[in-house]
Amino acid sequence: MLLVPCPNCGPRNSTDLRYGGESHARPDPNTASPSEWRAYLYLRDNPAGWLRENWYCASGCRRWFSIERNTATNEFRDPPLPGDKRGGAA
Amino acid sequence: MAAIGGRLRRRPPRYSAAALAWKGLRGESWPRVWRDCDLKRSYDAVVIGGGVHGLATAYYLARDHGMTDVAVLDKAYLGSGGSGRNTAIVRSNYLTPEGVAFYDRSVHLYEQMAVELNINVMFSQRGHLTLAHSDASLRTMHWRAEVNKLGGVNSSVIGPDEIKKECPSLDTSDHPRYPIQGALYHPPGGVVRHDAVVWGYARAADHMGVEMHQKTEVTDIVCEGGDGPDGKGAGGRVTGVRTNRGDISTPIVINCTAGWASLISTMAGVRLPITTHPLQAAVTEPVKMFLPTVVVSGSLHVYVSQTDRGELVFGASVDPYANYSVRGSLEFTEGLAGHVLELMPGVSRMRILRQWSGLCDMTPDYSPVMGFTPVDGFLVDVGWGTYGFKAAPVSGEQMAEAAATGRTPKLIEAFALSRFDNGELVGEKGAASVGH
Repeated sequence: MLLVPCPNCGPRNSTDLRYGGESHARPDPNTASPSEWRAYLYLRDNPAGWLRENWYCASGCRRWFSIERNTATNEFRDPPLPGDKRGGAA
Repeated sequence: MAAIGGRLRRRPPRYSAAALAWKGLRGESWPRVWRDCDLKRSYDAVVIGGGVHGLATAYYLARDHGMTDVAVLDKAYLGSGGSGRNTAIVRSNYLTPEGVAFYDRSVHLYEQMAVELNINVMFSQRGHLTLAHSDASLRTMHWRAEVNKLGGVNSSVIGPDEIKKECPSLDTSDHPRYPIQGALYHPPGGVVRHDAVVWGYARAADHMGVEMHQKTEVTDIVCEGGDGPDGKGAGGRVTGVRTNRGDISTPIVINCTAGWASLISTMAGVRLPITTHPLQAAVTEPVKMFLPTVVVSGSLHVYVSQTDRGELVFGASVDPYANYSVRGSLEFTEGLAGHVLELMPGVSRMRILRQWSGLCDMTPDYSPVMGFTPVDGFLVDVGWGTYGFKAAPVSGEQMAEAAATGRTPKLIEAFALSRFDNGELVGEKGAASVGH
């Protein structure tokens, strides 16, 4: 079982959370070109290594947070502190 | 000797019952099926990925278009990825007209494969049941049945009594938490021996002059004229690939690397709408035959078939988070066992022998991404998610045509990478997977 370090609840089983995918800055819908917007919607880096991604702590604090995980080894790094508003715009 | 593509090649040694008896009686061993070659400095086309898609593409390039100066590169061994890890189910009862036409062609090619490749692929068209446990899924089954019939595919909705007749071991009573309300019955669906398909394509391609290079990892793709760094990216063109065994110059590179598709495409400066998720599967100890059809339940996230050896092969939905590791997990086995027992309480004493995992390249609309990219000469046959094996022959045939002629064949026009720019997604989620 993957243990996800939630900033508010501590390590939780991954089944307690919902995966929110890669964390990308959302372009401004008023100024983004159609191709920028579609790239934001669909295109992914999908690296085999460190990836900043969003998680939703569905069974715990019910907050979104963003964290880096290595997609080849499943290690986590750089966990946010409670109240950290970084990322997690999904 | 036979002359194919203007070059002399050895005649394929035929596989037959007589050859088997002759070899067996004389105690002779069989010759190696494909050659080991030195890597040349240049090829007419390079296929990255020695799985069933890559090998089929190389085979059809040689057979249909006379392109025999082709190299298939794989960083491990042939069929080491999804081609040897899938649950070997073949069917064409999809949801969109584009999907139905495409996968139906694949089933036809599978039907001819044993004769054409002279190898026993053990295609067993035993019938395919997709169970519905709710009014909503029953409605989708009716929808699929009508689209299938329009496309000339044998597919219909049947009720619990007929399901019990086809597959007596299923619990069709109203006792389970999610009682079976009906099913989409697809008689041409079945299972194939997936290794034989890989070896059959590899052997046939080898006889026509295609070179297979195992343990040859592509480390970079060389481009020029693109808008990104090193001439990569949109507007450029491919001039070669770098590998751990040396550099190759080639005008055509075809990416058939499934779970690793994003990593290879990034080397050419092409971003894909793909995330890589592992899909786990498991197999039980062998027992006598009792499961005559393939059984799928989208609501319970499980599909099961019985092999000719008597083992039950289970598959489920992809793991919920993106991952390049192929380790199994206990929560998968626990969830799977619970769902299977709800369908077939009679197998409660069977033991699981082993579980494994393969990488799936998931797209947002559960349809593949095939054909040309903004980089000239760089073609993709990716986004095969959980449905790549059943589409291998038709993908190879169509990708070969695209690479050889420079035009997108009609059958795969709908699956172009540009559909994400144009907003023309081909939504197959209701028919392509069990995880939703």
